[in-house]
Amino acid sequence: MIDELLYFLELFFGGLTRGSIYALIALGYTLVYGIIELINFAHGEIYMIGAFTALIVAGVLGIYGFPAVAILVIASLAAVIWAAAYGFTVEKVAYKPLRGASRLSPLISAIGMSIFLQNYVILAQTSDFVPFPQLLPDLPFLEHIGYIMGPSDFIILVTSTLTMVSLTLFIRYSRMGKAMRATAQNRTMALLLGIDANKVISLTFIIGSGLAAIGGVLIASHMGQVNFAIGFLAGLKAFTAAVLGGIGSVPGAMVGGIVLGLCESFTTGYFSGDYEDVLAFGMLVLILIFRPDGILGKAKVQKV
Amino acid sequence: MLELRDVDTYYGTIQALRNVSLSIGDGEIVTLIGANGAGKSTTLMTICGILHPRHGEVLLDGEPIHTLPPNAIVRRGISQVPEGRLIFPDMTVQENLDLGAFLRTDEAGIRQDMEYVFSLFPILAERRRQTGGTLSGGEQQMLAISRALMGRPRILLLDEPSLGLAPIIISQIFEIIRKVNENGVTVFLVEQNANQALRIAHRGYVMENGRIVMEDSADKLLSSPQVRRAYLGM
Repeated sequence: MIDELLYFLELFFGGLTRGSIYALIALGYTLVYGIIELINFAHGEIYMIGAFTALIVAGVLGIYGFPAVAILVIASLAAVIWAAAYGFTVEKVAYKPLRGASRLSPLISAIGMSIFLQNYVILAQTSDFVPFPQLLPDLPFLEHIGYIMGPSDFIILVTSTLTMVSLTLFIRYSRMGKAMRATAQNRTMALLLGIDANKVISLTFIIGSGLAAIGGVLIASHMGQVNFAIGFLAGLKAFTAAVLGGIGSVPGAMVGGIVLGLCESFTTGYFSGDYEDVLAFGMLVLILIFRPDGILGKAKVQKV
Repeated sequence: MLELRDVDTYYGTIQALRNVSLSIGDGEIVTLIGANGAGKSTTLMTICGILHPRHGEVLLDGEPIHTLPPNAIVRRGISQVPEGRLIFPDMTVQENLDLGAFLRTDEAGIRQDMEYVFSLFPILAERRRQTGGTLSGGEQQMLAISRALMGRPRILLLDEPSLGLAPIIISQIFEIIRKVNENGVTVFLVEQNANQALRIAHRGYVMENGRIVMEDSADKLLSSPQVRRAYLGM
């Protein structure tokens, strides 16, 4: 009985950990979709590039003998900044010139960007799995519950929660946050109030990419290895999470990520790990059929 | 103060404005009347920089502004209350008003203008924590006007503020427009409701199929047989 409960808790916290990473990435999809109604399929690659950046920076700092905590902080910051720069550039290069084109064009461009970035990383780095250094510190106070929640789970949960709370506060109360919401609700009106839509769009890509990079660093430290393809599956899963929560809705992406993470974790734990991906994409199909607006999304009335 | 000179505006290959010239003097209320699809909203969107004319010029105090982006035009003191009000439905009344002052940094002035719009429309003060989408049509129109005023414009452009509102609300809105004008704001009012518009305006233009076909003082237009037949239903 107690064993079963412990097992349940382990799966639960494992699901939360996984789900909060999905949520961090899903936010990037949903923010961008909210503003320009584009599914940014290159988003998963930004997450991967975030992880690679942290790996490289951590490697260099390790050689110079920096303490572990300093490496973690500097490598994460570098990953966020570098990934944000990538996100910003991807928008300028691949999407901005297509604004005003049919909706299919930027979508194709996004898929192209995704393939390009993967291959770019293969050429610039490697196509093999590379070990990721153990950056996350050991937390002695978790020793007696280590069975259900390890230190990396704990750090992932705390970091992603803090990140999502700050994002929510930013969107709710800051001047640019309000501008983002205004642009999402009605672009023309936002322009008429003097909001620079280009700035808002760039900012959205920067924020989304930064969040994905945080997710990338966390999960890479958790898993202990990265390669060029990790962004692809994680991106698709996070996209599923965003649709599950209601694409365009910020709390929806958070809820969708957590729900997907928990479902996957319980399926793996009680049935078989083989069905993990089947479950995720099966869920995507079912949502699209039965509740295309997602858990927290609002039905959009098609204007004639 | 604001002048359009031979403006042609297109949507793709479709020409919406043909050779439109009009001028709005400092302190005036000028109205542009015309039927649905005549090009009235296009005129306003061209002034605000959402659309750019293919030929012709838009001049503010003699300076061309038609190549500027919308934010530069708002900064020069032109605010629009667009057709359909375009309230941000998921944001509170307060947030809608905050966004009206998006480009301003003079905290004291913003607070002062907030009090001013609440004095014009006390109902908005009561509803400041409600989301825009929960307001009635009339309240939304009041909010849209207030939001534009929060930009402290020199020129206020209004696109069909009477659309879909009850007669009593319409008179109230037009009364406020007159009051705002008396407080020194130049008003350019686009309306299908020619009767109401010409009653508060100093001058008016009549638009048909993207062209200005008449221009005169509001009194003369009100008594013109052509206008009476086509727009006043008499």
